[in-house]
Order: sequence, then C-alpha cells, then structure tokens
Amino acid sequence: MNYNMEKDDNITQAQKAASMETIETKKLVINIKDLRKSFGDNHVLNGFNLKLHEGENLVVMGKSGSGKSVMIKCLVGLMQADSGYIEVMGQEVNTLDQDHLDALRADIGFLFQGSALYDSMTVRENLEFPMRRHKEKLGNVVDTEPLVLEALENVGLGHTMDLMPAELSGGMKRRVALARTLILKPKVILYDEPTSGLDPITAKEIIELMRTIQRKYNTSSLIITHDVDCARVISERMILLVDGINYAEGTFAQLSASTDPKVEAFFKK
Amino acid sequence: MATWQEMVNSRANTLLKGIKDFVVETGELSYFAGRFFKETLKPPFEFKELLRQCYQMGNRSLVLVGVTGFIIGLVLTLQSRPTLIEFGAVSWMPNMVGISIVREIGPVITALICAGRIASGIGAELGSMRVTEQIDAMEVSGTNPFKYLVVTRILATTLMLPLLVVFGDIIALYGSALVENLKGDVSFQLYFNTVFDALSYGDLIPATIKSFFFGFVIGLVGCYKGYYCKKGTAGVGVAANTAVVTASLLLFVVDFIAVFVSDIFYEL
Ligand SMILES: Nc1ncnc2c1ncn2[C@@H]1O[C@H](COP(=O)(O)OP(=O)(O)OP(=O)(O)O)[C@@H](O)[C@H]1O
Ligand SMILES: [Mg+2]
Repeated sequence: MNYNMEKDDNITQAQKAASMETIETKKLVINIKDLRKSFGDNHVLNGFNLKLHEGENLVVMGKSGSGKSVMIKCLVGLMQADSGYIEVMGQEVNTLDQDHLDALRADIGFLFQGSALYDSMTVRENLEFPMRRHKEKLGNVVDTEPLVLEALENVGLGHTMDLMPAELSGGMKRRVALARTLILKPKVILYDEPTSGLDPITAKEIIELMRTIQRKYNTSSLIITHDVDCARVISERMILLVDGINYAEGTFAQLSASTDPKVEAFFKK
Repeated sequence: MATWQEMVNSRANTLLKGIKDFVVETGELSYFAGRFFKETLKPPFEFKELLRQCYQMGNRSLVLVGVTGFIIGLVLTLQSRPTLIEFGAVSWMPNMVGISIVREIGPVITALICAGRIASGIGAELGSMRVTEQIDAMEVSGTNPFKYLVVTRILATTLMLPLLVVFGDIIALYGSALVENLKGDVSFQLYFNTVFDALSYGDLIPATIKSFFFGFVIGLVGCYKGYYCKKGTAGVGVAANTAVVTASLLLFVVDFIAVFVSDIFYEL
C-alpha cells in the first residue's frame, strides 16, 4: 500500500523524468529490501525498502518509536534483522565475517542519536579511537595529531582537543561526534537525529555543517530525523517510515503537498 | 477478597518465576564467562587498556582494603584476648589470628569490599556506556567492545584481587600485632615470626587460588550486569546494584566450594 507520488503537479513530467534518470543511473550505495524486525509482539519493521544512491542526501522521517534507529542499526550490523536483504556498497551485510564487516564499517560514518562520546576519554582520544584499528586506511600515519586537528577544525572546535566530553555543551558534543564520524573519511554517513535535543539555532549550525561536509568530501548521506526544517533544508529525496514500511517517497515539495492524512501529519505545524 | 487458593497460586507463580529467572541468569552468566575465555585467547590483545584497568582497580581499592584490614586485625585480636587469657593460651594469638586472616577472613573481606567498590563501579560504567550507545559506537568503529571493555576488566580484577588480598592480610596482621604489642608486650618481630612459623603452604596456596577466583567473579558479574544493562538511566542504577548483590552472593558460593575442595585435598 505504498502511497505513490507520481501524479504530482509541482514538477513537470519531463523534469521529473530527467531527475529520475540521473538518480537511477547513479550507483547504489545502500539497498534495503523487505526488512523485518520484531521484538516479541512488537512488530517494528514490516517489510521496509530503501535505496540510497551515490552522492545523494536521503531523509527518513518517522514518528518516535517507529523503528528508525532499529533500521540503521540493522544496516551496520549492530542489530540482527529477522529477515530481509541489506546491501551496503555492494556487500551483503548479514553474510560478512567480522573482519570484512569491520572493513566495511570503516567506510560508513555513524552519528549516534545521543552523540555517544566516550566519556572517560578526552576529545582527542575520542577522535583517535576509530583510527586504532584502521591505521592502514589512513596510510599508516604515525602522528595522528594533524588528522585530529583537521577533523576538529572542520566542525570549528579546534581548541577543545584536551577537554573531556563532560565539559562540552550538547551542541559541541554533537559536533565532536560529527568530527569523530568523519575522521576515517567515510563514503556514506548515517545520521541518527543529528538535531534532536538542540535549540533551533544550534540545529541550523549542525545542518549547515552537514552540508559543508557533504560538499567537501562528496559523501552520500542517510539522515534520520523528525525535524521538518532539517528535512526541508537537507533532503533531496525523502522516505516516510509509517507502520514499519516505507509508506511514502518523494521530494520534500511533493510530500509536503500530499493530502494523505498520514503524510500530512508530518508537516502540520 | 482473594481466596486462599488464589493466594497460594500467586505465591507459587512468584516462586516459579524466581526459579526460572535464576536458571536463566545462571545460564547467561556461564555463556558470558565462556565468551570471555574465547575472546581472551584471540588476538588482538588490549595490553595498554589492561594495564590501565589494573592500575585503576588497585588504586581505587587500596586505601579501603588497607583501612578495613587494619580494623579487622585490631578488633579480632582485642575480642579474642579475654577468652584466650582465660584458657591461658594468649601466646597462641599470632597463630590463631594469622591462620584465620590468611585462610579466610582476609580473602573474603577484601573480596566483599571489592564487590562493593569494583563490581558496582564496572556495572555502572559499562551500563552507562551501553545506555548512551558508547558500546555501539565502539563496535562500529572497528574495536571489539567485548575485548576492549569486558576482557580487560575481568583480567584486571582476576590479577589484582590476589595482590589486594596479600596487602590486606599484611595490614590486618599489623593491626593485630599492634594490639599484642601494646597490651601483651609482644614485639613485632616475635609476633611475625610466630605467624610465619604457624603458616604452611597448605594455608597460603588455597587462599591464593581462591583469591583469583574471587577476582574473576567480581569482574565477571560487574561486566555482565553492565554489558547487558537495560535501556534508560534507571537501568544503570539497577546494573550497579545487582552487580554488588550477585557478586557478593556468588563470592560465598565460590568460597564454600573452595573450602570444600581444599578440605578434600587435606584428607588425601
Ligand atoms: N533492544 C531493544 N529491545 C526491545 N525493543 C526495542 C529495542 N530497541 C528498540 N526497541 C523497540 O523498537 C521500537 C522502535 O525503536 P527505535 O529506537 O528504532 O525508535 P525511533 O524511530 O528511533 O524513535 P526515536 O525518534 O524516539 O529515536 C520501539 O518501540 C522500541 O521499544
Ligand atoms: Mg531513534
């Protein structure tokens, strides 16, 4: 019962065909087919599908508790799906052994919902941590200091290197977490609610950072959010996760003009 | 009004559930221990983190173990003096105190203190790392969190507890010697000579082996409770709390088995 957005009149058919074509011809970075996951009687995902193309910014929106975090945790193998096919950069996640999974994860950046900074380590140690098992990916550097500094300066926090996470504000923590996510130069970044718990101004700064980073390193991004403003600014395409399936897909303009009550509910002020 | 049948039924159900939980928990804990052995032997090894943990555990409990040991030695001697004097056996004090501290009181008290201090600390630390997704973050960054967090901590407690026990024993004996010195005019030298004459390998070896197991139990339970902490900040409190309770209970079980086994060896 996928809600289809084909008959949208904001965009002419020709334009649409052109844009669809450029997307279709691009390489698939993430491909999720018929993903299912239950916790006992709680059926969270009931056949979710998602395709992320190279260089694309895809936003997944869904209510709290709809299974967005569960979905991306299955994507990186932190959680085992009950059934379904998950492919990331041409590799099927469920069939990989630990070494190949680790190698694949080095190409995936994961920004956690609550920042997840290691609170017994300094900011510098936090950023060095992902490098300890992936030295070869960075060309066997001995001195990691310049890399750490570059990553921190990317998020405008070069001076916090020797602070503990407890000494940072929520917004700074999120930026340090973003720097940590970027330190291995991932090809695809998964953002789990990058703006949740932040005031609108800080949220805007984080979104701006995400866009800068995407332009600078040409990454593909999967952004999970329930922040409409964030979705408007950053999304090229959106998927609405309702009742455990990809209920509706399309651009922000298409979805926000929809008259389906379940879709409208997301955009109502 | 509940009839007596309903009351019996509900009691029986609670009991059954308790038994079931116990069996499940025992199974899970054994599985966790099995995983520990498997991962310990597999490279890469986290030596640096192991050393850091050893240092922290020792550092965190040294003063506590010292103070408690001193008081135990003091009190034990003060309280047994009148009885021993009555029997005219006060010269046996070093033997009695020495053997009871080295064989039983030293290891058990030190382990209980560490259960309170270290097991709860590990439970809370790993629990909050679980709840705030730090463990997940470690996993996606290519470091095996079980190896980095759990293996190092269990090894650290297993290695450090025997050292803490020896330290606690020595301080306890000093406490005892102090009382004898002040009240009974026994010199420190004479006191310690008597203690070491009284002790045999049969006292020292079982006590040391036992201490390793105590350390293992403390690390294991603390890590297990923290690693599988339930979501939410309340879960962290529960993890820390149940870590202490379970570890303390398990310590006595291990102690019982240890005494039983060493008793069998004596008879041979
Ligand atoms: N480890 C788990 N064990 C049991 N149930 C879980 C677990 N993780 C998630 N769930 C359940 O799965 C459902 C979806 O959770 P999820 O964290 O994916 O929500 P979400 O869409 O990310 O919400 P939010 O926007 O609040 O982060 C919830 O009902 C939650 O109770
Ligand atoms: Mg979530």
